[in-house]
Amino acid sequence: MNTLGYPILSTLIFLPLLGAAVILLMGRSQEALVKWAALVVSIVAFVLSIPLFTDFDRTTHLMQFTERHEWIPSWNITYFLGVDGISVLFILLSTLVTILCVLISWNSIKTKIKEFYIAILIMEGAMIGVFSALDFFLFYLFWEAMLIPMYLLIGVWGGPNRIYAAIKFFLFTLVGSVLMLVGIIVLYFYAGKTFNILELMNMNYPYQMQFWLFWAFFAAFAVKVPMFPVHTWLPDAHTEAPTAGSVILAAVLIKMGAYGFLRFSIPLFPDASKAMAVPMLTLSVVAIIYGAVVCLAQSDLKRLIAYSSVSHMGFVTLGIFALNIQGLEGGILQMINHGIVTGALFLSVGIVYDRTHSRQISDYGGLATVLPVYSAFFMVFTLASIGLPGTNGFVGEFLIILGGFAASKWAGVLSATGIIIGAGYMLWLYQRVFFMETNQKIVGLQEMDMREIITLVPMVILVFWIGIYPDMFLSFMHPSVEHLLKRLNAEGQEMAVAGKIMGIIKIP
Amino acid sequence: MDSYLLIPFLPLAAFFINIIFGRTLIKDKAHWVSILAVFGSWVVSMMAVAEVLQGKTVNADLYTWITSGGFKVSVGFLIDQLTSVMLVVVTTCSTLIHIYSAGYMHGDKGYYRFFSYLSLFTFSMLMLVTANNFLQLYFGWEAVGLCSYFLIGFWYEKKSASDAGKKAFIVNRFGDFGFGIGVIMIFLTFGTLHYIPIFGAVNGMVGQTVDFLGMQVDLPTLIALLLFCGAVGKSAQIPLHVWLPDAMEGPTPVSALIHAATMVTAGVFMVARCNPIFSLSPVAMDVVAIVGAVTALFAATIGLVQNDIKRIIAYSTVSQLGYMFLACGVGAYGAGIFHLYTHAFFKALLFLCAGSVMHAMAGELDLQKMGGLKKYMPWTYLTMFVASLSIAGVPGLAGFFSKDEILWLAYSGPSPVGKLVWAIGTIVAFLTAFYSFRLIFLTFHGKFRGSHEQEHHLHESPKVMTIPLMILCVGAIASGWVGIPSLLGGGAHFTEFMKPVLGHLEGHGTHAEEWMVMAISVVAGLSGIGLAAFVYLREGDLAATVTQKFRFVHQVLWNKYYVDELYDFIIVRPTIWIAKNVIVGVTDGKIIEGIVNGVPELIGRFSLWLRSIQTGMVHQYAAVMAIGAFVVIAMVLLW
Amino acid sequence: MIPLHWYLWLSAVVFMVGVAGFLMRRNIIIMFMSIELMLNAVNISLVSFSRYLDDMRGQILVFFIIAVAAAEAAIGLGIIIALFRNKVTAHVDEANEMKG
Repeated sequence: MNTLGYPILSTLIFLPLLGAAVILLMGRSQEALVKWAALVVSIVAFVLSIPLFTDFDRTTHLMQFTERHEWIPSWNITYFLGVDGISVLFILLSTLVTILCVLISWNSIKTKIKEFYIAILIMEGAMIGVFSALDFFLFYLFWEAMLIPMYLLIGVWGGPNRIYAAIKFFLFTLVGSVLMLVGIIVLYFYAGKTFNILELMNMNYPYQMQFWLFWAFFAAFAVKVPMFPVHTWLPDAHTEAPTAGSVILAAVLIKMGAYGFLRFSIPLFPDASKAMAVPMLTLSVVAIIYGAVVCLAQSDLKRLIAYSSVSHMGFVTLGIFALNIQGLEGGILQMINHGIVTGALFLSVGIVYDRTHSRQISDYGGLATVLPVYSAFFMVFTLASIGLPGTNGFVGEFLIILGGFAASKWAGVLSATGIIIGAGYMLWLYQRVFFMETNQKIVGLQEMDMREIITLVPMVILVFWIGIYPDMFLSFMHPSVEHLLKRLNAEGQEMAVAGKIMGIIKIP
Repeated sequence: MDSYLLIPFLPLAAFFINIIFGRTLIKDKAHWVSILAVFGSWVVSMMAVAEVLQGKTVNADLYTWITSGGFKVSVGFLIDQLTSVMLVVVTTCSTLIHIYSAGYMHGDKGYYRFFSYLSLFTFSMLMLVTANNFLQLYFGWEAVGLCSYFLIGFWYEKKSASDAGKKAFIVNRFGDFGFGIGVIMIFLTFGTLHYIPIFGAVNGMVGQTVDFLGMQVDLPTLIALLLFCGAVGKSAQIPLHVWLPDAMEGPTPVSALIHAATMVTAGVFMVARCNPIFSLSPVAMDVVAIVGAVTALFAATIGLVQNDIKRIIAYSTVSQLGYMFLACGVGAYGAGIFHLYTHAFFKALLFLCAGSVMHAMAGELDLQKMGGLKKYMPWTYLTMFVASLSIAGVPGLAGFFSKDEILWLAYSGPSPVGKLVWAIGTIVAFLTAFYSFRLIFLTFHGKFRGSHEQEHHLHESPKVMTIPLMILCVGAIASGWVGIPSLLGGGAHFTEFMKPVLGHLEGHGTHAEEWMVMAISVVAGLSGIGLAAFVYLREGDLAATVTQKFRFVHQVLWNKYYVDELYDFIIVRPTIWIAKNVIVGVTDGKIIEGIVNGVPELIGRFSLWLRSIQTGMVHQYAAVMAIGAFVVIAMVLLW
Repeated sequence: MIPLHWYLWLSAVVFMVGVAGFLMRRNIIIMFMSIELMLNAVNISLVSFSRYLDDMRGQILVFFIIAVAAAEAAIGLGIIIALFRNKVTAHVDEANEMKG
């Protein structure tokens, strides 16, 4: 089975679902019990996920903690789970973020409390399932299953325009996924009726087929990332979603797209990925600059952060399609970083939104005087968002720009301008919200309480941990990314390591 | 080695203690934590300097920071001659300014915050100068920028202060953009980012060209110029000088520490540190020299007409930084660092004196409202007078030796633009002397021009502020004595000391020429002082008359050549306009959302038409069914 | 024995009467009865086939249809009564709530 002696991944998937079932049985009036049950379940899930971090073998690219059972033998569908260096960190991120989402919603969700926590827990199970599924059928099942709780989170507990946002979110992602489903079925029949992802990855496909399937999968992943120009669902969804919904969206859900590129597009269609690298890099650079410039014109806090996600995820796809070690590892790390930082920014906005019920930047001003502790937290996340060295954002962005620059100098140089604009909009935001004279509307707000501080502290720790000692996290990725690059350059080419692309002067 | 870790990490510890406990526990005792920490790191630094003086340099890695494929960077420390000079400058100025701040900031509601930022800054600056690789340099580089942002915007309720902080950070980002790409180019060329292996292998770059954005560029030139972009931003050279004058919104000790003595000189430090790369590219060297010279002149002319006491000193700083780049550009790195070192003392002193004046004047900055302060604050007057003599290059004082060395090496060195920048430098020396003494005379001499209330309030600053002034004053007089040129009987010890890192540029010229260059610069300085005395010490309105006569020139200088307005017009406004009207309004709002909402709209119209089939009349459905059944049966039977 | 096609003709005629009644009449009760006619027409043919082919399954099926028809009659009458309560009419053209 695996080195731990018990099916850790299945436990992580089904524990939250079980928790959701238990909550379902509770009475509608037992609100405190429901909240505590959700909290306990999410904390237990997180604690159980820690062995993934500590017992992970960082010397191999092979799948670990695997579980395999027959499921529907007549269609050759198996229940097959496992993680490698690319996916393992996301499971930890998912379990951590779920705890924070439960905590941040403690007082802010006032209607249908029971159903809310059920949705969050189902969401957690599905997210872990997506990151650990090694059977395409199972993967697609979890992939679609994620949509439903998210749709409900936005549509039921969202802001005034929630129905529009929820439907937009649902339709965008569904349309993309359906094309991927067609792609999966094509692969299934081509490979002799198997959904096993590992087997599919070891086959070679004709270029023409790779080309079309690449775009079919692209449709699903690009929407999720979201890449320009299919990004417009994101600001609406983020703006309308309740805090917890925004956090899950930002921290985990939009990572699924980039994860899909890494897990499926590149290893399944290596030739098409190489051929399509230039359009992908172009779209990424456009997203970086476009998203950043749009931020300059936003007057809504959440909308601004949502557009900044478009820009930051542009960095991620840039790194991935740089197709060299630095780019890929930077991309993966930046996915984690973005999850932490943007998740934390949404948590922070949620904290202040609970007090003022306004997302308009112009309703704030001088918050640093009123809420000094809160503004210190927000400052940390702002700095991480603009990639200040010493925070996690820097490590990811630097590796990505390095990789991007090695792949295409234009991509490297243009993406670096995104960092200038990034500093512009984030500091301007910070100035308008926290500095200058205190706005009368926010006088006398309550400082963060213990629960809220506990929610943000893990994120602060991670910001600096990854910023100061990123090697710990990067070491998870090395074998898997190197293996991915070998697969990409199967014809015995030299590995596309950035240092070797120019390497004019060799230092022994 | 291990004890050297205390140099940066003591201030870091002070930062954490103050920022976490300052608000609730430490409050107005915050200065103790920070002063003790920075003093501790001063002591350790002095021990390190003593070791380096004996020829023992340190280059050690602490731990591996980032690994990715062939990319590997450590956090590590390099303490050599160049670093040791910077350690002296940073820890000495920092310690004195910490002490001064305890008096200056007394009673401010952000007292603990101020000291924690100051400690964080000291940490960042020390990380910058002790780094042994480019990425850690970049870390320090951005971190000092961050502290500068915090401290400029320290009084954040003021819009102008928070604007200035933001502006400093973003303008610096423009420079760092080039710097970052330069670092990446270095990695792609050498496969490492650590100084020692890179500087050992730079000669391999000679004659290499590289394709950069479609152009074939000489590799050393490209790297040097990209790195120089960073220096231009951080050291406020043209065209990225705009942030420094605005940075004066911050508390005055900050201006002294960050925007005069230490952070802004990081650019000079970096160019000197990378001298093996710069020296390979004559083009880059000339660019550095010209940018430095032009900035020196440009800022000095603006300084002539300003009335804000801190802004004058800020322009003076920009101008002196230009001097340092001028020195680096002609290859006289040692002289540039020498000037950096002497400048730190007299410029920090000037700012602290200005702070002392502001303290007495209750925050007033306008020279036109001062005058005659000599009798109220003798110590401030004396120290500021000495600092001004030093910056004006009066023989015997610190500024004289470093400025003279720069001018002589520019004149006599091999640089093709040497003579030109020497000429500019000499003119700047004259202008510097003039505006520095204009400031002295308008502030301390003549009659008091402010309100009665202000006059009543005038007083000398407390001891905690004047004692640092006196110590710095000693520095402003004597710090140059370590580099007395051999012509005057000295041993030029400073440049000799720096030789292992910075090389040694020999001037080619006769003693007579060297005397001449020295005489010209002294005459320029003294005549600047004399002219200022002539204009501002005599009763009368000579200044006003001249202003009237050259109204246009005065307007241009008063408005700082309209550079801020230009940037606002060509960068800030168009970007915001495009963001609002083109991208949000048209691309995102109309085109993409148009498609996104348009497709469902079309489907909706189609179904609107389609639904007219459903009439709700049961017998119509039945008729259709019957017809359908008939057709199907007919087809089955007749086929 | 009466030939099979006689029964089939009878069944067809009854069925067509049902169809015609359903299509032409507007009274919901008449239409409902027409449906019953059609069902019984089918029953006739089923029983006759069963008889002539010597296979009892046809007759078993008829019992099913009768049971279903009974259930349908119960529900259908319920719907008719509900309609009558709301519209006070048995005219189907008045009930076009399902118009798109």
